[in-house]
Amino acid sequence: MADVLGTSPDEVQFRFRDDEVVDHGTVTVDSFLDQSNATAVRIEPGDDARALLPHLERIALVEVNFPSFMDGRGYSVARILREAGYQGELRAVGDVLIDQLLPMRRCGFDAFAPDQKLDEADAQAAFDRFPHAYQSASDARQPIWNLRHD
Amino acid sequence: MYLYDSYDQAMVDARVAEFRDQARRRLEGKLTEDQFKPLRLQNGLYLQLHAYMLRVAVPYGTLNSAQMHMLADIADKYDRGYGHFTTRQNIQYNWIKLEEAGDLLADLASVEMHAIQTSGNCIRNISSDHFAGAAADELVDPRPYAELLRQWSSFHPEFLHLPRKFKIAVIASDTDRAAMRLHDIGIQIVKNDAGEVGCAFYVGGGMGRTPMVAPLIKDFVPLDQLITYSEACLRVYNRYGRRDNKYKARIKILVHELGKDEYARQVEEEFAHLQSQGIEPPLAELARIATFFADPAFESGLSTELDRSNPDFALWADRNTHPHKQAGYISAVISLKPVGGIPGDASAEQMHTIADLAKEYSFDEMRVMHTQNIVLPHVKIADLHTLWAKLEAAGLGTPNLDTIEDIIACPGLDYCSLANARSIPVAQKIATRFAEKGRTAELGELKLKISGCINACGHHHAGHIGILGVDKKGTENYQLLLGGSEAQDTSLAKITGPGFDEDGIVDAVEKATDVYLAQRQQGERFLDTYRRIGMDPFKEALYG
Ligand code: HEM
Ligand code: SF4
Repeated sequence: MADVLGTSPDEVQFRFRDDEVVDHGTVTVDSFLDQSNATAVRIEPGDDARALLPHLERIALVEVNFPSFMDGRGYSVARILREAGYQGELRAVGDVLIDQLLPMRRCGFDAFAPDQKLDEADAQAAFDRFPHAYQSASDARQPIWNLRHD
Repeated sequence: MYLYDSYDQAMVDARVAEFRDQARRRLEGKLTEDQFKPLRLQNGLYLQLHAYMLRVAVPYGTLNSAQMHMLADIADKYDRGYGHFTTRQNIQYNWIKLEEAGDLLADLASVEMHAIQTSGNCIRNISSDHFAGAAADELVDPRPYAELLRQWSSFHPEFLHLPRKFKIAVIASDTDRAAMRLHDIGIQIVKNDAGEVGCAFYVGGGMGRTPMVAPLIKDFVPLDQLITYSEACLRVYNRYGRRDNKYKARIKILVHELGKDEYARQVEEEFAHLQSQGIEPPLAELARIATFFADPAFESGLSTELDRSNPDFALWADRNTHPHKQAGYISAVISLKPVGGIPGDASAEQMHTIADLAKEYSFDEMRVMHTQNIVLPHVKIADLHTLWAKLEAAGLGTPNLDTIEDIIACPGLDYCSLANARSIPVAQKIATRFAEKGRTAELGELKLKISGCINACGHHHAGHIGILGVDKKGTENYQLLLGGSEAQDTSLAKITGPGFDEDGIVDAVEKATDVYLAQRQQGERFLDTYRRIGMDPFKEALYG
């Protein structure tokens, strides 16, 4: 059995899903690919998210680790998974800060487990700050250029 | 020019509120300096030697007079009465207080301007041809495409934490006036054999310590796939660009290490996938944007005669104008390179004057050039003399466009904490030397560019003559480079040999020009002679 990693449900500070919080530890991408029954996986910045695409059906939780908020690879990981139709929980973990919440949300993250608990009011303000978005991403927002030509 | 609608305004206003909130959290200690730094950078705030610098975006270099007046007011209110026009068609202020930055951004927002993504590891302001919409040689006006890219790249959630900064330029004529192939992505709007308009993509150019000229990676992207293709280029970079070493993190290194064909293949794969995702804006949006860039109400049947009886005026008109697509009009360049001045600096008073003249003589429009000058794009030839007289009176009539006096220089050690050497005094000394000796005219087109360190903000790699400040055992030293170009014949300059001290570099530049004058053939510019005769005769004169 590979080492179980990852955050526990009580470390999840923000969640935008109605289903039960997934409560089993994640495994590395390599261990995940070696096992036929794992349902939760943790992606590190250098991992290739595309390796998971054949297995999306059985995955309930993907954790994407941000060891440093300056490393933006996880944003592309999130979009790649969502664009491929992944419906499960997509949890941003690690160095997740207030000002990254909205872009992460737009890239398809629907759960956040920051290393350091964030100020609730500041976080809420950040999620709600921008009334619109210019471009399509992996959230429900219609980009401004569609709104203009409705 | 482009005008904001309520959506654009709401986004910029929200950004001001967001920045104020970030500054508050910083002051309350909820954000560390390390956490705050990338946020302020993405709002154009850079910590320099003595104070904060704030860089304001001038999308594709286009400004109206209300905006220029505001830039002048900001110089008075928040700076010391000056602004500095930059090599990416922006303006920056060197003496900003962090506590006042929020108010400054709010003032900008009131004239549809901002400082969003003018710094930091994100997609920066989109630059373009400063004669766009006016040049006789353009295929179409490139600015609608640049504006579409501006909107797409603003707050792009996936690309706010790239490996490194990312610069895009868009041009639409075969003559490159925007250093297009020295950008991370250079786009040239072209026509294919079927007569359709589309985009040629050059990816992986840049200056800095490892300068590279961007290779062509796709010769034709249809207009209704422009955003999708750009997104594919960026995604491949965001995933695979190096993050272990910031000096190897620009996309030029990725393209170089993978090879352009392999990079292009990966982009193609991503592009094929993204085309199914419906991320492209409707073509109606491009059409909507294009209406803002329709020609102003040009008159027809105007005189094309220029009264050349005043030799000073004739000289200025010959040097500082560019042919216009509309008969009877011309584009006029206001030089911000008075001999002995700071290249690219303008006082608040000068900015007000320029704004007034643009309103009166150029359909309320100005352009910032990457060579740190200002264009009045649409001037009636019949008005040119009056315009010149007013510029002269304001000390803005220097007739030196594209000459050795028209130097690009970075802020250097006078302002920049990364600098090895000062750039500004060297620029001043060189311009003064050649002006005083009356050699400027004889030398013709000669592009001289100075950077105070290897970061190459002053584009020294792309100068016909380049100067690079280095640190030699704790003293300022300057290397001389020859043979660069950022035009359609893009090339990278080569170092001549050992460096010089501050006075020595001025002498060395003069020696190099002596070689040119002695060796040039009919019609050759400095660059042409260098390319024909090579480095050796110059080395001989400099070190022999
Ligand atoms: C406080 C320090 C710095 C100052 C004052 C400064 C100033 C500038 C200015 C005025 C520009 C034109 C920018 C624009 O209009 O968008 C520029 C561009 C540039 N800067 Fe800097 N810069 C600084 C630091 C750096 C650093 C740290 C690097 C690289 C590590 C760098 C590399 C460049 C390059 C390479 C360009 C343009 C050429 C390109 O696109 O490759 N600069 N810089
Ligand atoms: S080239 Fe070097 S010295 Fe000049 S502004 Fe850029 S970082 Fe500073």
